[in-house]
Amino acid sequence: MKVEELEALEKPAIDPGTDHIVGPGFTNATVTDKIANVALRPFRSTPMVWFLGIGIAFMLMQGLLIGSAWLFYKGVGVWGVVIPVAWGFAIVNFVWWIGIGHAGTLISAILLLLKQDWRTSINRFAEAMTLFAVAQAGMFPILHLGRPWLFYWLMPYPNSMWLWPQPRSPLIWDVFAVSTYATVSLLFWYVGLVPDLASMRDRATKLWQKRAYGLFALGWRGSTKHWTRYQMAYLLLAGLATPLVISVHTVVSFDFAISILPGWHTTIFPPYFVAGAIYSGFAMVLTLAIPTRKLFHLEDIITSRHLDSMAKVMLGTGLIVAYGYMMEAFMAWYSGQFYERFMYLNRATGPYGWSYLMLIACNIAIPQLLWLRSVRLNVPILFMLSLVINVGMWLERFVIVITSLHRDWLPSSWGEYHPTEFDWMIFAGTIGFFLTLMFLFVRILPAISIFEMREVLHHIKHRHEPQPAPGPAHGD
Amino acid sequence: MAQIFHRGTNTISRVSIIGGVLLIGCIITAAYTIDRGSFNSDVAVVKEQPVPFSHKHHVSDDGIDCRYCHTSVETSHFAGLPATEVCMSCHSQIWANANILEPVRASWRTGESLAWTRVHDLPEFVYFNHSIHVNKGIGCASCHGRVDQMPLMFKVNTLYMNWCLDCHRQPEKYVRPKEQVFNMAYQPPANQLEFGKKLVAEYHIQKLTDCYTCHR
Repeated sequence: MKVEELEALEKPAIDPGTDHIVGPGFTNATVTDKIANVALRPFRSTPMVWFLGIGIAFMLMQGLLIGSAWLFYKGVGVWGVVIPVAWGFAIVNFVWWIGIGHAGTLISAILLLLKQDWRTSINRFAEAMTLFAVAQAGMFPILHLGRPWLFYWLMPYPNSMWLWPQPRSPLIWDVFAVSTYATVSLLFWYVGLVPDLASMRDRATKLWQKRAYGLFALGWRGSTKHWTRYQMAYLLLAGLATPLVISVHTVVSFDFAISILPGWHTTIFPPYFVAGAIYSGFAMVLTLAIPTRKLFHLEDIITSRHLDSMAKVMLGTGLIVAYGYMMEAFMAWYSGQFYERFMYLNRATGPYGWSYLMLIACNIAIPQLLWLRSVRLNVPILFMLSLVINVGMWLERFVIVITSLHRDWLPSSWGEYHPTEFDWMIFAGTIGFFLTLMFLFVRILPAISIFEMREVLHHIKHRHEPQPAPGPAHGD
Repeated sequence: MAQIFHRGTNTISRVSIIGGVLLIGCIITAAYTIDRGSFNSDVAVVKEQPVPFSHKHHVSDDGIDCRYCHTSVETSHFAGLPATEVCMSCHSQIWANANILEPVRASWRTGESLAWTRVHDLPEFVYFNHSIHVNKGIGCASCHGRVDQMPLMFKVNTLYMNWCLDCHRQPEKYVRPKEQVFNMAYQPPANQLEFGKKLVAEYHIQKLTDCYTCHR
């Protein structure tokens, strides 16, 4: 890499404001350079903050390794789960992580079909986040099995016991929903990467880098034939992924809604879970995108326009979530059901009342600041808000799982749930694992879709030019 | 710019597509074969015994009934292994000096039991009762095979859960009249399913697929 290119890496970028989805003066070549150089820069010019970040994340990840090793050795007794609270952190964390994953699919599939051009700068990033979040989520159901090494019993396969998974259980629907989601997300992410991997291959200077990118670029040459087929495949995948945005968290909410427990047995669960998932997903995208754009000077590619749009999506989905909470309270009163009413009062004022109050504060009250344009454009405050919503959405699952379970139908079986150090260790460990993967991703792969950015530039350039007169239609 | 991959890489990548599918197929086939084969189930595997006891000789040639040795099969969960005295009731008179029977005589002299190696060994988490099967019209040969034709004892069935369930889900396929239970050569009638259904009703065969029936 030339000296002037290295210097360009350190040059701070200027945010062009909310009217532009990309900074001024970019050409096809410079936008490619800018994005590719984040990954292709020499090892020594990696920002120190990156090393610091991945170091901390990697250390946190050890909590997952140590915690789960001890869990496999001793059994689920190392966790705080005790009857009547048989579902603890494992399920809370599972739902939280899988919810976070939803923003990726929404951005990449639904916004693609809706032709929202502001998705381009953040879709790759959000898809990677989805994939890594689903990986964290997928671990928890396996960890919480009493005998995790028999996890494959969840899949229907011809076995010598002639036993099949119980198809009437939503836990089995979960297995299929999540594994489908993981597969489609991975495919979507990888297919989207192929042309960019070819760009990286062509730009890399060292042979091993060329080979590594080239191997995964699958011989992409960028011919018209390639592009035609590629567009078709990508659109089909987007179509496949679209229903998943709705279906996956709906099925996750069935884990609760199908049961007959007060606080779980509610028809509002599916829509309110889906809205909550997108809410937390966008919060996580912001939590990750804001430091990344600062660290790698990408303010002219991830602009205020993107932050503003994401903040609006958060506000919208946050209001749906607020409606869900309101309906829960309303139905507790309106149904006249003794148990439902008790559950609601206990949730708000019982031993876990603190978590409910914090939940209302983090998910409903504080995010109302997003109505203000000045807040949406204030990057540090927006970052803080995204963290608050992440905490709030985690608390939501904590409240749903723990407060509904800890007061059983029979007062004699009432109990309390206290997470142990291993609960916290494994939870923190997955955050570490997730961040480690994200740090590696932004350093190794193009974190922003290069070819789609070039397409956006093309559209901007030709938007105001007169359209050529339509010629005679060709039959084909 | 020089090519970054050798020309042969094209072939490797094409082969790896087919090879990947084949490899997965091979792994599945191997896993299935090991799981279902004798390696895992011990079907048709003859085990070393202190005395090479021949069921064929005692049942076919001599006409001894199963219950002469397996005394508790009709009343207990365990069919019972014969005490040394049962062996000696004949072998104190015939083949009394045969070298092959020395362990039996030694057991008789010292009072130490013969240590047979179990051929049909169910895991501890399965509750199995011989008497209920025998009393509801399941023949010895249905599970143990033609023991009267085995010079040395071996399993003919896997004793896997799917094998148990094959009958527990559809007992009419195998049930026979009670008086035929100990008949090794019994042949089911041509209308076994119809006939079996009648017997199932007559013998009140029920509750066969509750988990609790076998896993208590």
